[in-house]
Amino acid sequence: MEGDIAQLGQFIGAGLAAIGSGAAAIGVGHVAGNFLAGALRNPSAAASQTATLFIGIAFAEALGIFSFLVALLLMFAV
Amino acid sequence: MATEAKGEETGGLVFHPLDQFIVKPLFGDGPIHWYTPTNVTLWMFLAVLAVILVFVVGSRGRAVIPSRMQSVGELIYGFTYKMVEDVAGKDAVKFFPYIITLFIFILFSNFLGLLPMSFATTSHIAVTAVLAAAVFLTVTIVGFVKNGTAFLGLFWVSSAPMALRPILAVIELISYFVRPVSHSIRLGGNIMAGHAVIKVFAGFAAIAAISPVSVLAISAIYGLEVLVAGIQAYVFTILTCVYLKDALHPSH
Amino acid sequence: MAGESTTVEHAADAGAHGAEASGAGMPQLDFSTFPNQIFWLVVTLVVIYFVLSRIALPRISAVLAERAGTITNDIAAAEELKLKAQEAEAAYNQALADARSEANRIVAEAKAEIQSELDAEMQKADAEIAAKTAESEKAIAEIRENAVKSVTDVAKDTAKEIVAALGGKADAKTVTAAVKAQMKG
Repeated sequence: MEGDIAQLGQFIGAGLAAIGSGAAAIGVGHVAGNFLAGALRNPSAAASQTATLFIGIAFAEALGIFSFLVALLLMFAV
Repeated sequence: MATEAKGEETGGLVFHPLDQFIVKPLFGDGPIHWYTPTNVTLWMFLAVLAVILVFVVGSRGRAVIPSRMQSVGELIYGFTYKMVEDVAGKDAVKFFPYIITLFIFILFSNFLGLLPMSFATTSHIAVTAVLAAAVFLTVTIVGFVKNGTAFLGLFWVSSAPMALRPILAVIELISYFVRPVSHSIRLGGNIMAGHAVIKVFAGFAAIAAISPVSVLAISAIYGLEVLVAGIQAYVFTILTCVYLKDALHPSH
Repeated sequence: MAGESTTVEHAADAGAHGAEASGAGMPQLDFSTFPNQIFWLVVTLVVIYFVLSRIALPRISAVLAERAGTITNDIAAAEELKLKAQEAEAAYNQALADARSEANRIVAEAKAEIQSELDAEMQKADAEIAAKTAESEKAIAEIRENAVKSVTDVAKDTAKEIVAALGGKADAKTVTAAVKAQMKG
């Protein structure tokens, strides 16, 4: 194995940052699941809240994208 | 740097997931000036062409019973109009051409970027940052022009207890200025992530034993990316509408 | 970003060797391409904005308004037609009811006529039958009378003959009385 300690740290850091993507997946699942639970209790109100659903998913997913971005930066840009 | 890049290629696998995002000049190898026609130019031009095809050529019949292309245009028009009206309010309708321009550009660029061998213009931070900055500036200027200093009431949460208000004001201020950042990175990051993941799986396809799995995974992720392309355009537009609503009616 | 200087260098030969050069960093962070992208993005957005706001959006909204107008008109026309249809149905029902009552009247009339004719015929027939019956009864009575008379005559003659054959002398009066007694018994 070749490489230096900085590269090791870089790759480990990228891998750790990728955990954030999984965390965002949990968040998105939470949003969608709670929306579905609410929608099943009150289906008539569900249609008017799909915009809110997408905004919530977008916010949750943006943070996962941030961590993905950190991983990419560590891999390719630092 | 070059050694790090080589380090990935051990084991016979060649990953260049980000090569698809390189901006290249269309003609020759010259340096990229601001006016150089590049692949960005090409794919943006194709997006404009698609827009003209759907919205101008498609609706040239002005038929009461629409053709397919015309009904696609009408569908997008009605969808965006309803979104602006519902989310941002009736008085935001005068911003409708501005918002539908953003929506259509992002939508068409996202879908064109999904074509094999294409270049996804919306995967670049430079592009999405300009879009988000344009929205941010518009919203801020509209807010101050419409409401004057009352627009600052957006940061002063009058329903909170007095002691908390300065803290909340700082938080609101930060979140206000983080908006364009998250707005642009959400779009660019989503598109870039999807394309990079497809590229990574395509790299695995070089190994004969797992290539069927890889091809299946690429197909599945491609389907997801089609969904993401539409949803990200929708999310960008609806967040623009939400910000615009804040600017037009700053009281919480 | 340490990669900036190298990528700027590589941008010069970003052709066939572009793939190799990009390994050094994210193309998204290659700031040398930013002015280019931003310039073309602004051009694209302006073009799309003008295409949409000058040509496409007015046209589509006109078409949508026209369609809404057409639909409203069509709905009004359909409403009118429906009203007309309802009227026609009412008229039809009225005509049907009239025709039915007319038919009922005709039937009743015909029935009454037939009944009266029938009654008259029946009376006539009854009268005829009664006349015939009376005639027949008379004829029967006559026949019976004749028959009784004939029988008496025959009996008398026979009795006389029998008495004569037996060698006696028949008294007409006695024979008649005897025959009468026999006939009664």
